[in-house]
Amino acid sequence: MNIAPKEITPPSPDAGCRPWPRESVDAAGWLAVAEELAKGRLDLVSLWGESAQVHMAILERETPRIRIVTLDCPKGSFPSVGRVHPPALRLERTISDLYGLKAEGAPDDRRWLDHGRWGLRHPGGAREEIASTSDPYVFLAAEGEPLHQIPVGPVHAGIIEPGHFRFSANGETVVRLEERLGFTHKGVDQLMAGASIARAANLAARVSGDSTVAYGLAFAQAVEAALGLEAPPRALHLRALMAELERLANHFGDIGAICNDAAFALMHAHCAIVRERILRAASGCFGHRLMMDRIAPGGVVADLDEDGKQALRGLLDWIELMTPRLIALFGDTTSLQDRTVGTGVVSKELVRQYACGGFVGRASGREFDARKAVGYAPYSEFDFEIGLSTDGDVDARVWVRFDEIRASLKIVAHILDHLPQGPIMQDWEPTKDAPCEGAALVEGFRGDIFVWLRIGADGAVARCHLRDPSWFQWPLLEAAIKGNIVADFPLCNKSFNCSYSGPDL
Amino acid sequence: MQKFLLQGLLRRALTESPPKPEAASVAELGYTLGRAIRQKLGRSLSIREVDAGSCNGCELEIHALNNAYYDIERFGLRFVASPRHADALIVTGPVTKNMREALERTYAATPDPKWVIAVGDCAFGCGVFAESYACVGSVAAVVPVDLHIRGCPPDPVTLLKGLIGFVEATNR
Repeated sequence: MNIAPKEITPPSPDAGCRPWPRESVDAAGWLAVAEELAKGRLDLVSLWGESAQVHMAILERETPRIRIVTLDCPKGSFPSVGRVHPPALRLERTISDLYGLKAEGAPDDRRWLDHGRWGLRHPGGAREEIASTSDPYVFLAAEGEPLHQIPVGPVHAGIIEPGHFRFSANGETVVRLEERLGFTHKGVDQLMAGASIARAANLAARVSGDSTVAYGLAFAQAVEAALGLEAPPRALHLRALMAELERLANHFGDIGAICNDAAFALMHAHCAIVRERILRAASGCFGHRLMMDRIAPGGVVADLDEDGKQALRGLLDWIELMTPRLIALFGDTTSLQDRTVGTGVVSKELVRQYACGGFVGRASGREFDARKAVGYAPYSEFDFEIGLSTDGDVDARVWVRFDEIRASLKIVAHILDHLPQGPIMQDWEPTKDAPCEGAALVEGFRGDIFVWLRIGADGAVARCHLRDPSWFQWPLLEAAIKGNIVADFPLCNKSFNCSYSGPDL
Repeated sequence: MQKFLLQGLLRRALTESPPKPEAASVAELGYTLGRAIRQKLGRSLSIREVDAGSCNGCELEIHALNNAYYDIERFGLRFVASPRHADALIVTGPVTKNMREALERTYAATPDPKWVIAVGDCAFGCGVFAESYACVGSVAAVVPVDLHIRGCPPDPVTLLKGLIGFVEATNR
């Protein structure tokens, strides 16, 4: 039975996308982009759908400039990009699940987010009610006499998000890992459609709670780009301050957790203290430990007073004292190094192919940081180094995070010394230029978060696409664990710390 | 490493004194717990955490309960790796439809007597994800809930208040 799909505002022909242009292409143009991706001349930033269109954001490696191309799909299908460029596969499966648009010639047409439990198919396209309560899922085969399978999840042993891992192992050694995700799918795309900008900002801040500042920032920047707004200088600096505090808190928490998965509880305990003190300072300064909903389109909603500044300076001094000690504790403990060095190696070729962002990419030689490469205010004012390694193992991912901690500390100190005076919010009218489109690329602690949105003539969000960095990190975890022992999986997994909620949407 | 260990011995603990339990949460629990059960469990409670589709915010704050400032184990509260070892489940998230069966099966795998603590605004009433085709709506719609701890996400002190109230109610 067909039920009417949610009304979707059609793109107006003069709706320009800012700051990066969006151009319409035909099937040949679409395939030409796919070929360039396959040849490694372009990086895939994202691939997403609407009721009768697919969009693809790509990054030109040399410039680096972002372009968005759009293909109309009147017949409900589009030429598969994943056929020649595997990083697109899961994104295409998602488009098929949510919008019913099929990727022609895709080598993997299994459902991804849709587990057959929603009571309907294609929630964003031609909706269809279904009676099924669960779809069967065929995992990729791993054949051979001594192989056995180990199913793990969706409920895991720790206090972490849900997902399913299917290991095929030969004794202790992992021959293949296949991930099955989508368990935390909350229907964000559809909740966004028709939402007011204020509500959409609240939703964006809850796509992945550990990156709530980065998501809030990316969403706000996209809205500002669409409406031609500019946040005041003080707001821009406070945003960067919050983003760096979030990065610091997550890096300390994760470095501790990685060590804990190698049974080194001392590091975990001390890193957790640093993390807690950062969150307490954030709560004292901005009124929320994770700084959720503190960034809004137009600026920020919480200002930093003199007491807050002093508290952050004190915190910074203490962290600067602790960081070398923690680095020494990590680096000088040989039993820990024995677990992290050479474990879970990701090749340079793979991170380049997947345009994998964040510390996972940087630990394998991909020097990309959205704060520098694409760039957004106010980061051009700061002088900081991007961490880089070519080893690609668990150890390298930890060291790159230590480098990022140093860079963030430097940025926070600079902001505290040079915080401009003035307003923290720019007033704006939601319908001034609507319908209009905007996009943003923001460096969260995991990597680059891409947001594209269209604001309809009514001033509400017509469509908002949020691409988590983990889309291009999860597949590399499957590669990283290959040939390692099953017991090292928690260590490898934690060294990636991919988001479940972010890509599950 | 020696330095860290020595400091650990010589310095005062960071652990803070416990907050007073919330009267409301104690009242919510009062009627659910029988005397015989209280005697069996004493003050100890093993908890299995289940993320039923949260954004990970609640998990971060539940994690924080293990750090030196809150040190949740001093209250006899311990997070365990399997529902088979648990007395209580802490459930977060708006219960996505994709997680519903996993939650039901985790609950079924937990031995009696058992309790469910729903943590966060999503677990209470779906939070910002209300009315999504992909969410059930609240934890109470899937498994019986004994205590709600609200917040988006609730901070560790709020969590501690709720959990201490829970243990005290089991000992009254």
